[in-house]
Amino acid sequence: MQSKRERSKTGREKLQRIIEMCKSVEDRSLDPFLIDVDEVISTVKEYFPEWEIPEDLCLDAETIYRLASVIKLQSEWVKHRSTSLYTDPFLLEEKLTRIGKEEIVETFVKAWHPIVEFEQISLHSLAEALRYWESLLPLKERWKEFPPAELERSLATREELIRQRILRDKAFSEELENFWQELKNHVGTKGENGKIRYWDFVGAETYDETVHKAFMTSFLVTYGYATLEIHPLEEEIFIKPYEKQTAKIGKEQLVSIPIAVSAEDWMKWKRGELK
Amino acid sequence: MEKRRIKVSKRKAYYASKIKRAVHMLFYRRHKKPGVKGWELRKALGSDYPKVLTILDDYLKALDLQVKTAFEEEKPVEKPTLEELDKARFYVTLRGELTPKETKMIGWRIDDLAGLAIAITHVISKKGKAPRKEVEELLRDKLPGWKVGFNIDRYIRYGYLTEDENEQLYLDWRTRAEVDQKALIDMLLSK
Repeated sequence: MQSKRERSKTGREKLQRIIEMCKSVEDRSLDPFLIDVDEVISTVKEYFPEWEIPEDLCLDAETIYRLASVIKLQSEWVKHRSTSLYTDPFLLEEKLTRIGKEEIVETFVKAWHPIVEFEQISLHSLAEALRYWESLLPLKERWKEFPPAELERSLATREELIRQRILRDKAFSEELENFWQELKNHVGTKGENGKIRYWDFVGAETYDETVHKAFMTSFLVTYGYATLEIHPLEEEIFIKPYEKQTAKIGKEQLVSIPIAVSAEDWMKWKRGELK
Repeated sequence: MEKRRIKVSKRKAYYASKIKRAVHMLFYRRHKKPGVKGWELRKALGSDYPKVLTILDDYLKALDLQVKTAFEEEKPVEKPTLEELDKARFYVTLRGELTPKETKMIGWRIDDLAGLAIAITHVISKKGKAPRKEVEELLRDKLPGWKVGFNIDRYIRYGYLTEDENEQLYLDWRTRAEVDQKALIDMLLSK
């Protein structure tokens, strides 16, 4: 009497063998009737009560899937046999080996109607090509070397650097403090309970300005000028300014909160769909 | 009576110009593969292009040529819809037969052509799909070994056969356009 473990092992091996057999019929164009479908089904049925773990059930499912593919091939085989094109491959192979190549060619050319096509150039395309050639500038003219532009050297002024956005016209800390003040004013006028919705603060007339405000807000929070209040269930984010700058670093663990400020979100906010 | 005559001659001129355009499109190769897609003909000749092609086909009879339609599906379509025609590819092929001597003039050696015939026949007999090794084995019977692989690659390159990643050979677009598969099998079996 086989133990349950041994029986499962035998069952797995049998299913693996069936899968391999079905695969080789599919891949190597073997006769699909080599597979005895009834026998495979009875094997699958016999071992099905043994399967408990998902891996074994997957093996069982794969066997059924492979068997279904073979049944499909069998049906195609029957269909092909019923068409006028069906010929016994062995009979045909025997004919091909018996007759000489001259005779094969003679037969083939009777059924062969090769495509007629021209690849020659036409008078029209030749004329087009000549016109193109005439209007084409010589290489030395097309690939003329441009002399490098002479550059004047001089010292850049602070105003010029600000215009080119290399320097800012205010020191960053000064700008940040002004921005903090702006946040406090906003909370005072539009906010509730000392806080304001994130988008109500960063949202601006243009997308560029909105991104700039979101950027500055991130520094307000990082440097302890304000904090974020997040209500995940309601999907609401509030920003709350502190009265005095607080130094959080070292006191509690800091976390990063990514907030997407995409152009799409900005459009939604403009339409009043985003809060 | 006179009005009717003018109408008929106008109609003739209309189709004559369309036939010329169709001849240019069908005879001169426009893409990597020869032939013209149905939708291209519709764009150039108008929606009555199937009629233009029928007239052209009739005209080509005298020259032993024909307009051949190869549909996307392997099997020929008996009454194609406009959509099927749009997706089909049209060619001009020889209507009659070449003599074995003439095949040399179009660049085929007798060995290579016999190899092609064997490969196509074997794939047809195997329901349109046969392992490359089997075809190679068959060819090796009558062709020198070094030529077998080279020839099969050539048939693939020309578009008579195609091969998948499991080294199975199938019939490709050129066989569908050029070879009367049923006639080939019938003739071989009657030998």
